[in-house]
Amino acid sequence: MTRDEIRKHVLDSLVSVAPEADVASLSGNVSLREQLDIDSMDFLNFVIAIHESLQVEIPERDYAKLITLQGCVDYLAARIKD
Amino acid sequence: MSDLVMPSLGADMEAGTLVRWRKQPGDAVKRGDVIAEVETDKGVIDIDVFASGVLEEIFVTPGNRVPVGTRLAKIRDLAESMPPPALPREPVSEATASTPAPQPTPRFSVVPPPPPASSLPPPPSAATSAPLARPAISPAARRLAQERNVDPALVHGTGPHGAITRDDVERAATQHAALPTATPDSAPQKQVVADERALRMRNAIAAAMAKSKREIPHYYLSHTIDMQPAMNWLAEENSQRPIAERLLYGVLLLKAVALALREVPELNALWDGKRAVPQSGIHVGVAISIRGGLIAPAIHNTDQRTLSDLMQSFRDLVMRARSGGLRSSELAEPTITVTSLGDTGVESVYGVIYPPQVALVGFGKVAERPWAMNGGLFARQVMTATLAADHRVSDGHRGGIFLNAIARLLQAPDKL
Repeated sequence: MTRDEIRKHVLDSLVSVAPEADVASLSGNVSLREQLDIDSMDFLNFVIAIHESLQVEIPERDYAKLITLQGCVDYLAARIKD
Repeated sequence: MSDLVMPSLGADMEAGTLVRWRKQPGDAVKRGDVIAEVETDKGVIDIDVFASGVLEEIFVTPGNRVPVGTRLAKIRDLAESMPPPALPREPVSEATASTPAPQPTPRFSVVPPPPPASSLPPPPSAATSAPLARPAISPAARRLAQERNVDPALVHGTGPHGAITRDDVERAATQHAALPTATPDSAPQKQVVADERALRMRNAIAAAMAKSKREIPHYYLSHTIDMQPAMNWLAEENSQRPIAERLLYGVLLLKAVALALREVPELNALWDGKRAVPQSGIHVGVAISIRGGLIAPAIHNTDQRTLSDLMQSFRDLVMRARSGGLRSSELAEPTITVTSLGDTGVESVYGVIYPPQVALVGFGKVAERPWAMNGGLFARQVMTATLAADHRVSDGHRGGIFLNAIARLLQAPDKL
């Protein structure tokens, strides 16, 4: 899976928890929770959506790596390669 | 026989608009079933029924705004025997209703005569054997209904014998257009509707909060709780759970509050205007931030639920708070409210009690702080809990016992 495809999955998962999010204007390196006003419940649902769409296991201790869009893509690209 | 009335879904609610019936006369209803949808300042709410039975008669048709307490329908309870036979009834002729004074609650009832007393009670699928007689609709009216995207079944007919005229369809179409949920509309129109709804919700919250501060003498207590054991336990617990079953620490807080209420039950009461009435069930309302405001629906019997169960309910509640489908029983029945502002990063929250409740529990963020323990200084995960309480009902001493109970319960998370 290419990084672009991973990015698309991540953005789709984001939209599923924050339907009004303007994903096109998201900054890759700023915290998603800051940019989108999503709370811990939304974040958990976001992680679950990624897990379901990409079929990757994401342990709780790795949530910190999913803070930014770039972080998500980097993390998932490495996980999917395994 | 029980009456379904327009419920009060908040301290400030005066009236609601019946949007849609989800059951028809003759349908069986069981406890928890959604029987109608009602538009309020908090959005469209599903009215769920308390007792099982059969919906006998409807008194308010869609599009009508009626005060809280207005009889909406009659439900025959399961335990009752069959009604005695009666003379066949004509549908109330709506031609007589076209007098100058508009009828606020027009009636229509099942037309075929009830079966004789000697026969068995009708089966639950009574809807098919005793169908609601559809009033006649003129071809012109039917065409208009199609054009204007109006369901003839929902139109109140004013022609002879309740027949539906073009005017009736026209009126229904305008009414439905006024209801945000009725017809699909364009994006700008959706935004206008969303803004209006947000404004109404804000006004409803304003009214409730103003009433609370006017009438309830609040006192406030705060207590900082060592959350290290709870957070350690949670990390360990979640590492064993598949992702979709992991717990947020908030459910530990909800359970602790619910169990603490068993020890200080006077905080689980509702003010009836003169005194606090202790409630037998513990239904913790969870403050959920939504577009335009705040809503605090209850998780029923919070004290009896497992943490996994609470997590599922909590998640389901948040989803329905944000995208529709909250039930009247969830809005009418919280016995206390919990507001957790940990996600916003504030240390503590001193809230405003939501009438007719008598207390509100606030939680700030869980953060690492210096903490003295056993003569030494450590970095610990701690959280500040606050209690806003009605001084007519409880004093600081009891409030303090309550907060201490929450703190104590959170030291043994495996027992929650």
